Amino acid sequence: MINIQHLHKSFGKLEVLKDVQLEILPGKVTAVLGPNGSGKTTLMKSILGMTLPDKGTIEVRGEPTRHAWNYRKHLSYVPQIAQFPSNLTVQELLQMIKEVRQEPANEDPLVDRLSLQPFLDKKLGTLSGGTRQKVNLVLALMFDAPIVLMDEPTAGLDPVALLELKRLIQDMRKAGKCIVVTTHIMPLVEELADEIVFLLDGKVYFQGTLSELFSLTEKNTLEEAIAHFLIQRKDRTSVNA
Amino acid sequence: MWKIFKYSFFDLLRSRWTYFYFLFFMIVTAGLLHLSGQVAAAITSLLNIVVVLIPLISTLYGIVYFYNSSEFTELLLAQPVRRRSIFLGQYLGLFTSLAASFLLGILIPAIFLGHFEVRLWLDLFYLLGIGTLLTAIFTAIAFLIALRQTNRMKGFAIAILTWLFLAVLYDGLFIIFLLFFEDYPLEKFSLIATVLNPIDLSRTSLLLKLDMAALMGYTGAVFNKFFGTSMGMLVSISALVLWVAGPLLGFLRVAARKDF
Repeated sequence: MINIQHLHKSFGKLEVLKDVQLEILPGKVTAVLGPNGSGKTTLMKSILGMTLPDKGTIEVRGEPTRHAWNYRKHLSYVPQIAQFPSNLTVQELLQMIKEVRQEPANEDPLVDRLSLQPFLDKKLGTLSGGTRQKVNLVLALMFDAPIVLMDEPTAGLDPVALLELKRLIQDMRKAGKCIVVTTHIMPLVEELADEIVFLLDGKVYFQGTLSELFSLTEKNTLEEAIAHFLIQRKDRTSVNA
Repeated sequence: MWKIFKYSFFDLLRSRWTYFYFLFFMIVTAGLLHLSGQVAAAITSLLNIVVVLIPLISTLYGIVYFYNSSEFTELLLAQPVRRRSIFLGQYLGLFTSLAASFLLGILIPAIFLGHFEVRLWLDLFYLLGIGTLLTAIFTAIAFLIALRQTNRMKGFAIAILTWLFLAVLYDGLFIIFLLFFEDYPLEKFSLIATVLNPIDLSRTSLLLKLDMAALMGYTGAVFNKFFGTSMGMLVSISALVLWVAGPLLGFLRVAARKDF
């Protein structure tokens, strides 16, 4: 569904993505993990065409993304920071994105599930961070796009909303969608992810299932497995030094 | 593009800063018409406010608006829309709301308080036209600065310095240059120097229209001598339109290649 070949991206002297190769499949939840600055958000933004690759190709459902924009109709994106025009109401914003995408949307069940009904007529500037994040989720998930990219979707959510988010992700998986999530919340990954992609220093360090990760690292929890990779890197850099 | 324009415009229409801007022009125009008693004198005073203040407010508002909506712009960039449509829509939204505040802020008191002859109405409309062009120019310059400079403090500083340079320093440097090379023929140089600064260009254009030889100064006189009044106005307006196109095209070009 998403095919990435030899992707390179630098910002100035900083190489953020180095020869990334990935195949992300439908009907699965793929969790992209990695420490801060490992290139997770850049990878997502490259798929969306917001960040333009230096080298390499990205194909979404067989379509190359370079210089294209129409392929984004297959994608829904939940960005990391939810900030909206402060003088518009929630309802107006939903309407605006619907008009921009010109696709049928089904926001009512999502508004109910995330208890956003009382906020529909409120101005976006007056909403709390958590409520804005819920709006962010509705904006992305109200369209029936086959690919859903979520960058830290849990930020600011209360436990009830977090539970609802997990159910939403499970429902989307059942519907055969391709879901890519970045998060620092390991229990969420353990509960939901079918596939793990571990990025470190801009490279894909590991791609596989959770059980493959555990057997490779000989660890029993995700935190320990990731710590194992990080310690391995530290040892390697100190040997090289 | 029009959908993004529509919502940016609605968003700005509800911002209190848009109303402050509108009220400012309304109070100033009403005050000038009331105090001066003479419409022609009020238009001259407005001229000085328009050529200095519109660039300042358009630049500052443009830069603040662009930075404040940057996360939302990212959300729009993830939608199946061309980049150009997003940025042009936002630009037109801001330009229209600023221009509307300025135009209505002057027109409403003028209609109710001014006892205008036809000629003075034409002068006023010319002033409104130049003000609208200045809004378009400096909004585009602000967007270009904000897009190129992700560090907000630096962006803000560059924007203020750009305004300060064009509104204040440029004239000073220009005069020093003229004094320094007074023995040489400087007509062409001053023509070019005027065209290269949209604030000077608008001032000259307005003085030509208002036929105020006393206020024209050297450049106005050169413009007048070189092109004559009507041709001078036409040349200055065309140069101002190019001043809108330049920064706007530059902004769209940078936007097409930028990583967000």
